[in-house]
Amino acid sequence: MNIVNFTPITALSGGLLIGLSVALFFIFNGRMIGISGIASNFLISKDNRIENFLFLFGLILGPLIYNQITGREINISISSSLILLIIGGLLVGFGTKLSSGCTSGHGISGISRFSLRSIIATVTFMIVGILTVLITGIL
Amino acid sequence: MNKIVSLLCGIVFGIGLVISEMINPEKVLGFLNIFRDWDPSLAFVMIGALVVSTPVFHLFKNKKKPLFSSNFLISSNKEVDKKLIIGSVFFGAGWGLIGLCPGPAITSLALLNMNSALFVTSMFAGFYICLKVN
Repeated sequence: MNIVNFTPITALSGGLLIGLSVALFFIFNGRMIGISGIASNFLISKDNRIENFLFLFGLILGPLIYNQITGREINISISSSLILLIIGGLLVGFGTKLSSGCTSGHGISGISRFSLRSIIATVTFMIVGILTVLITGIL
Repeated sequence: MNKIVSLLCGIVFGIGLVISEMINPEKVLGFLNIFRDWDPSLAFVMIGALVVSTPVFHLFKNKKKPLFSSNFLISSNKEVDKKLIIGSVFFGAGWGLIGLCPGPAITSLALLNMNSALFVTSMFAGFYICLKVN
């Protein structure tokens, strides 16, 4: 194993902002953020639909505001084929709905609450994610 | 007021995903690549988030009600069941395949990237299929 591209300062700073968002949403609106939950409820449920929409809209505004303030371009690289993107999207959507949470809902909000369910979910998706990268790297 | 909070929290969360580079699938796949060239950065995203959210949750959870809403909505589900495990396995596989999870995927729509749009559309289809199957 080699350590590469390590950027702990920006990772920690971004993480603090994410934690701040989770904390404010809880103090003011009384809910713990889980993005798969917010997104899927926006699709299927009338409850809190406007709040859910505004949160998702805010997510999309985030990079645009960052870009306006800092003038920095945001570059991402998605190198997967179209068929893999469809399979990956279906797996992420189906899986997070079935387990009622994703990286934010289980990994941050759930662990903040010391929820055993969320700790088990997070360990599971981390291990499977690591194994998937290992296997796709060999193939 | 809670609508404004929703929008602001979305913006702050989205900027956090950009600064931490969680929005970049290449970075996420580097984090999951522990057996070869490992980029441990994203562990610090989780640490940063938990350092803020954990104390705030425990300080406020016993208050009567949140500031702009009538009651707290906290999951009461404590059951570790097959759905939790199978769902997490599916999610981990999709995450490791592409490097996108729901938050970064939706946030990356701002970049008008057709690949992330296809991923997000498929993800919403996945939510819907799960609802119909269960």
